[in-house]
Amino acid sequence: MAGEEIIRIRGLRSQFGAQIVHDGLDLDVRRGEILGVVGGSGTGKSVLLKAIVGLGKPTAGTVEVYGRNVLAASDADMQALERKWGVLFQDGALFSSLTVAENIAVPLKEYLKMPHDLLCEIVALKIALVGLPPETGTKYPAQLSGGMRKRASLARALALDPELLFLDEPTSGLDPIGAAAFDELIKNLQSTLGLTVFMVTHDLDSLAAVCDRIAVLADHRVLVVGTMDEMLKQTHPWIREYFHGPRARAAKIQDQTRVQLGN
Amino acid sequence: MIKPKGDSIHRRFRPWNLSSGPDSVTIDKKTNDQEIWLRMAPDTGVLRVEPGGDWTVSRIAKVDGRLRKLSVPRGEKVTIDLAAVEKLDTAGAWVLHRTLTELQAAGLDAGFTNITENQRVLLTQVGSIRQTTSTLREHRTLADLLEAVGRQTIEVIRELVRGINFFGLALATLARVIIHPTKLRITSVVYHMQQVGLNALPIVGLLTFLIGIVLAYLGAQQLRQFGADILIAELVGLATVREIGVLLMAVVVAGRSGSAFTAQIGAMKVREEIDAMQTIGLDPMEILVLPRLLAMIITLPLLAFLADLAGLLGGGLLAWVVLNISPLTFIERIQNYVDLWSFWVGIIKAPVMAVLIALVGCYQGLMVEGSAESVGQHTTTSVVQSIFLVIVADAFFAIFFDVVGI
Repeated sequence: MAGEEIIRIRGLRSQFGAQIVHDGLDLDVRRGEILGVVGGSGTGKSVLLKAIVGLGKPTAGTVEVYGRNVLAASDADMQALERKWGVLFQDGALFSSLTVAENIAVPLKEYLKMPHDLLCEIVALKIALVGLPPETGTKYPAQLSGGMRKRASLARALALDPELLFLDEPTSGLDPIGAAAFDELIKNLQSTLGLTVFMVTHDLDSLAAVCDRIAVLADHRVLVVGTMDEMLKQTHPWIREYFHGPRARAAKIQDQTRVQLGN
Repeated sequence: MIKPKGDSIHRRFRPWNLSSGPDSVTIDKKTNDQEIWLRMAPDTGVLRVEPGGDWTVSRIAKVDGRLRKLSVPRGEKVTIDLAAVEKLDTAGAWVLHRTLTELQAAGLDAGFTNITENQRVLLTQVGSIRQTTSTLREHRTLADLLEAVGRQTIEVIRELVRGINFFGLALATLARVIIHPTKLRITSVVYHMQQVGLNALPIVGLLTFLIGIVLAYLGAQQLRQFGADILIAELVGLATVREIGVLLMAVVVAGRSGSAFTAQIGAMKVREEIDAMQTIGLDPMEILVLPRLLAMIITLPLLAFLADLAGLLGGGLLAWVVLNISPLTFIERIQNYVDLWSFWVGIIKAPVMAVLIALVGCYQGLMVEGSAESVGQHTTTSVVQSIFLVIVADAFFAIFFDVVGI
């Protein structure tokens, strides 16, 4: 599935006052892959995501998405890009004055002209697709639990069947069963729709279950990019700690290593 | 894997293609309808339905109507041939799935042919969902309207009770802090004194100064007809110190600081900061409400005093410029004819208004629930209620002072 690069980041530098978040960061995301981004708190994972979708203003560097430089794109270009991607924010970021169904309908109504019947059907489809009960549609975000809000938000991100999906900690705040179902869903969508997924996560289970490649953010840049197996062989102390720590053991990644060592 | 069309990047971004979606628009195709199409090929005993092109969410609306109206003679077989479908997403799959299930429900022998593995997975995925068409928002009936009116009425009464409750709670907290003065957050009080008092000085001063001018100008026009120009000092003096100064100041503060209280506390409520405080054992009444209340009680009389001065300054200036009454004369007449009690009548109202504005502001902030929209609603309510209460209180004061003869 390794193919053309959809996102190309070169020499990215982000700075808030004197605090440097990224410096000389390079990263590629290939078509059709699920890339997991990990890193300690404050290493700028969310800042990186925001820079890619044009919400941040990096000090230097280029961010190309589908060959267009996001940092210098015209409004028309940006709109075309926004039409191709869906973003799931960490806290859902649903519009609080609209019902869940209306939230999902927002991008559909904004970009497409379609009869009301079809609109309602597609909205219902998305609600069901992310595993929410149908009656959730008429509820307001404030009436939902955290996990349901996250699913509703994913439904909105998927409304236009985007080719590129950005997920900011999609499984945080979900129970393990819900998180596993979420992983399954992402994996399914990715394989059937050929999605490219950029996922910021701390969930080792998620990383092991769905990610094709993992990028590690540390020391202001992307330290290494590679598969889970490659991560386990890394010698950098933080990466070792991360992938071999007690939580990693809990996630049974260790078992995989043992199998590999046995081979 | 559904293969994305291998068109060059730059073509995707032509602005004129945006309306029909940026993907896979090939310019050499003659019409837009080429991107998605639906052909019917009736054969003997078999109807071949041939969808083609990109069956994606951005184009599906063009064929949806025709699929809904698809009519098939009884007993005929229907084959949906997916050979020409280049791209399929969940919306496209849904429309195809719906068509198929509708045909099957009508008792027809219907099925897909030439279906790729990915298309099959997608169709199964869409098909496995128990579909109920959802409405975007629940529709209201007349009964709902009546119910809403009833609920609203009860809510008003409850709100009143809660308001009185809150007032009592604030008094109790105040009493507790008076007994244990170490619990008072001095820093917080001073901070809010600056926000509410000092920072409001320019706007309150300017507004009362201007109203002083307006008042004097209006009075001058009328008084001149009777040759009673000199009475302008009494008119402006009494009106400003008794009513205009303090009332205008209270309205400005209600709009400026009352709303700020609601928004600050409301935003904290949304982010569960208030809950966090309580679990740590901190009392929101003591930490959030009391400092704001005390800051208002202390600064509003001072603001009212300044408002009086600014009003008199404006009036005096106009009297000097328009009516040729020298500032000295103006001051002398005010000294002689505006008694001290008239001044106190104005200033006494200020702390009462301070209590009303501060408590309404804080109360509405604590009533915020869950969403950003709620913060907005309660801020509006806060400003409306506090200005309303300020004016009602002013009316009661007018009656009271009339009865006691000041």
